[in-house]
Amino acid sequence: MDITLIWYLVPALVMFCCGVYGFLTRRNMIAMLISLELMLNAVDINFVVFNRYLYPGSMEGWMFTLFGIAIAAAETALAIAIIINLFRVSKNIDVRDATHMKH
Amino acid sequence: MESVGSTICYWIIALAIVIFSVLTVTTRKILRAATYLLFVLFATAALYFKLDYEFLGSVQIAVYAGGIVVLFVFSILLTTRPGDNSEQLESRKKALGILGALAAAGACGWALCSRCADIFTSAPSMANPTMHEIGNAMLGTGHGQYLLPFEAVSVLLLACIIGGVVIARKR
Amino acid sequence: MDITIPVLILAIPLFMFLLLGLAGVKMSHKLAGILGTLGMGTVLVLSYFTAYTYWFSGSPEFIDGTNRLQFTVFNMEWLRFTDFLSIKLGFLLDPISALLLVVITTISFMVHLYSLGYMKGEKGFQRYYAFLSLFSFSMLGLVVATNIFQMYIFWELVGASSFLLIGFFYTLPSAVAACKKAFIVTRFADLGFLIGILILSFYTNQLDFLPMTQNPQGVLSSFGGATFMGASVLTWALVLIFTGGMGKSAMLPLHIWLPDAMEGPTPVSALIHAATMVVAGVYLVARLFPLYMLEDAALTFITVVGAVTAFYAACVACAQIDIKRILAFSTISQIAFMMVSLGVAARNGEVIHEGLGYMASMFHLFTHAMFKALLFLGAGSLIHAVHSNNYTAMGGLRKYMPITHWTFLIGCLAIAGIWPFAGFFSKDEILTACYANSPLWGVWMTVVAGMTAFYMFRMYFLIFWWENPDYAARVKEQEAHGHHASMPHESPLTMTIPLVFLAAVSVCCGWMVPFGELVTYDGHEYHIHIDWSIASMSLVVAFAAIGLAAWLYMKKNDKPARMADSCRWLWTAANRRFYWDEIYLFVTRRIIFDGICKPIAWFDRHIIDGTMNGLAYVTNSLSGAIKGFQSGKVQMYIWWYLVGAVVLGIITAVCVL
Repeated sequence: MDITLIWYLVPALVMFCCGVYGFLTRRNMIAMLISLELMLNAVDINFVVFNRYLYPGSMEGWMFTLFGIAIAAAETALAIAIIINLFRVSKNIDVRDATHMKH
Repeated sequence: MESVGSTICYWIIALAIVIFSVLTVTTRKILRAATYLLFVLFATAALYFKLDYEFLGSVQIAVYAGGIVVLFVFSILLTTRPGDNSEQLESRKKALGILGALAAAGACGWALCSRCADIFTSAPSMANPTMHEIGNAMLGTGHGQYLLPFEAVSVLLLACIIGGVVIARKR
Repeated sequence: MDITIPVLILAIPLFMFLLLGLAGVKMSHKLAGILGTLGMGTVLVLSYFTAYTYWFSGSPEFIDGTNRLQFTVFNMEWLRFTDFLSIKLGFLLDPISALLLVVITTISFMVHLYSLGYMKGEKGFQRYYAFLSLFSFSMLGLVVATNIFQMYIFWELVGASSFLLIGFFYTLPSAVAACKKAFIVTRFADLGFLIGILILSFYTNQLDFLPMTQNPQGVLSSFGGATFMGASVLTWALVLIFTGGMGKSAMLPLHIWLPDAMEGPTPVSALIHAATMVVAGVYLVARLFPLYMLEDAALTFITVVGAVTAFYAACVACAQIDIKRILAFSTISQIAFMMVSLGVAARNGEVIHEGLGYMASMFHLFTHAMFKALLFLGAGSLIHAVHSNNYTAMGGLRKYMPITHWTFLIGCLAIAGIWPFAGFFSKDEILTACYANSPLWGVWMTVVAGMTAFYMFRMYFLIFWWENPDYAARVKEQEAHGHHASMPHESPLTMTIPLVFLAAVSVCCGWMVPFGELVTYDGHEYHIHIDWSIASMSLVVAFAAIGLAAWLYMKKNDKPARMADSCRWLWTAANRRFYWDEIYLFVTRRIIFDGICKPIAWFDRHIIDGTMNGLAYVTNSLSGAIKGFQSGKVQMYIWWYLVGAVVLGIITAVCVL
């Protein structure tokens, strides 16, 4: 069996859609963050796969993935800091309760 | 044509990704979700290895699996009491979520189909990027080299550390 | 001729206006009044000197043999439109501008002096003097204008200063209404003036007077026989320019502002609304007379308007009660005399009787300015004494105010045209010119002259003879109400000196000034010789009218009341000025306001504003509707983001496919 490009893209798509689903439905902010990580990861896979299959000589997608991982780490760290702060204020990390920012 | 072992390897990875992704977003226990995420990330790392990007796979394991998931677990332990389950989702909300996910899938799928010539490409042979090449790519300033983004990410991480400390510290 | 004095003539009043207008509040009344008067006195001396130099120095730049020249002292370009057409500001010296310089500065100085007494203690005394200076500046600028556009600029300036002075007592609603009325009516007339200027300059490519008036045939040929609605375009232009003059000079039907303008202080009425500004229309026609000579239609129009106005105003003046209104209508009538005189001065492009009508018109302008200013100042003196404008509050005043009485009598005799007073000579010339043109105008104007004598002496007798009201009782009554009051008394010296001076001028200027040698339409001398057949007839008519007035009004009796009762409708109509104001009100209120403005206002309020309100309403309700989107619920945001991303993805995919 020849494993073509599409065979990698489909699991990534599934992962991405799971991320979308989780991000839309979960109430717990940490769970939403986990969904976000899924989506980012799916995108990373896409970069890597496209790089590997279509432009094997160069390293653009590879680099993007590397930076994507770094940025994901940064983003997660900050988001968790915010969540913990929110938890400290309201003893709760339900996203429905964090609506004060609209004012 | 790939070897049978490679194909089996692929199937294991693909199935792991799909199953654990679904489980990550459907389980009601947040700690389990984090664990499943860890598995998904491991599977992704394996995928990178399979695509001959060993360095990237290692980074994936080290940063994501080693760093981010640990961060998740810590924060979950900090903010959740044992036995806390998120409540059962209403079916309407679930349906809406599925609809959204399918819409996203549809859009992406359509985009994929529009490039149907490319998506059946076989994997070309490729030499693994050596440490030397990676180093040059990250710290050079020429064409296809990424010193500036590298530095930018460094600054971003620094800012992030400071920001995290400032936001989370007790007042 | 040196440029300094002409510049000073214009600059001093302007400077006085700025000084009194800006720094007047800080000055005492006395200082402001004296400063203004001294400034005007300087201008008076300079103007007399200029006029004297022009007429009598015999310098070759002013006179060529016996032919007086038109001399441009300076003419600076101010605003350039094209290579041919530019607006200039300058100073033109010729017989009529020199004449007007003398008239304006004399009357203005007298009024400045008189106002020191008349306006004493009034609030805004300094402002009053500032406005007087502004008016003098504008009027002087008007008469020395070298081009029609400069004239138009100063024309508007005199209109503005007239507006300011009529509305001087701005706390009185009637004064405010009167000043608005004057401004609006004259503005409408000036619109015609402006259109006329534009037509003229469009065809002739110039605005200067001298090239036009010295070469009228060139103007005619530049029009190339263009016609519009059955009349030549030149006629239209001239008639439209004359419309401006009709507005300023209160000719029918644009006369309605002048009687109301009497709401202003009386010296202002004497200066602006009797002697100077209202003759600007006459001056305008005289200035462009060589052009008017080309078009019989325009001249006939002027004659008819003038004759009708003269008769109308004389009729109305016979039935008024307010003495200032009587004088106002008499002014209208006398200005109409000047207009008629100009109108009858030429026919078929040829002057009649050596241009007598032109000379007579200017002569009458001069004498009328003197005796009408005298009459107005006398009326001011009376009003000062009895605190009322109506002759019903007066009577028998000759014993209380002898100087006013005698000067007023001289003024009345002068306007009635009794020999040897000034009015006799100028009016006689006008009548001669009228007869020379056509017996119709001659008889018509003789009748009007008789009516003039009648209504002036009616007023004179009602004020100074008639019955002696109980002044003492009135004083007591007013003091009981806590008002300061006193018996009628002669006015202070600052007021009587101008009266006496003007009376002396009114007596002498007719036979002492060799007017025909000084002011003629073409600069050639004209030797006045009184045509006694006409003069004796007009004298007889005037004496008869005076006798009738004396018979009716000398002693208190019921003859006037019975006469008024016998034809009540006529008396009422004349008293209500033949309902011109009502006609205007009907046209403006019922036709223009109700018929045009109200639908437009409705359209504006409901359609235009409605559209705007509708837009605002839609925006408001739309924002109300979408405000829910900013709920702070992160997952809702995600939803919208997702929808947007999917739609964008689809669009991209469609485009790529």
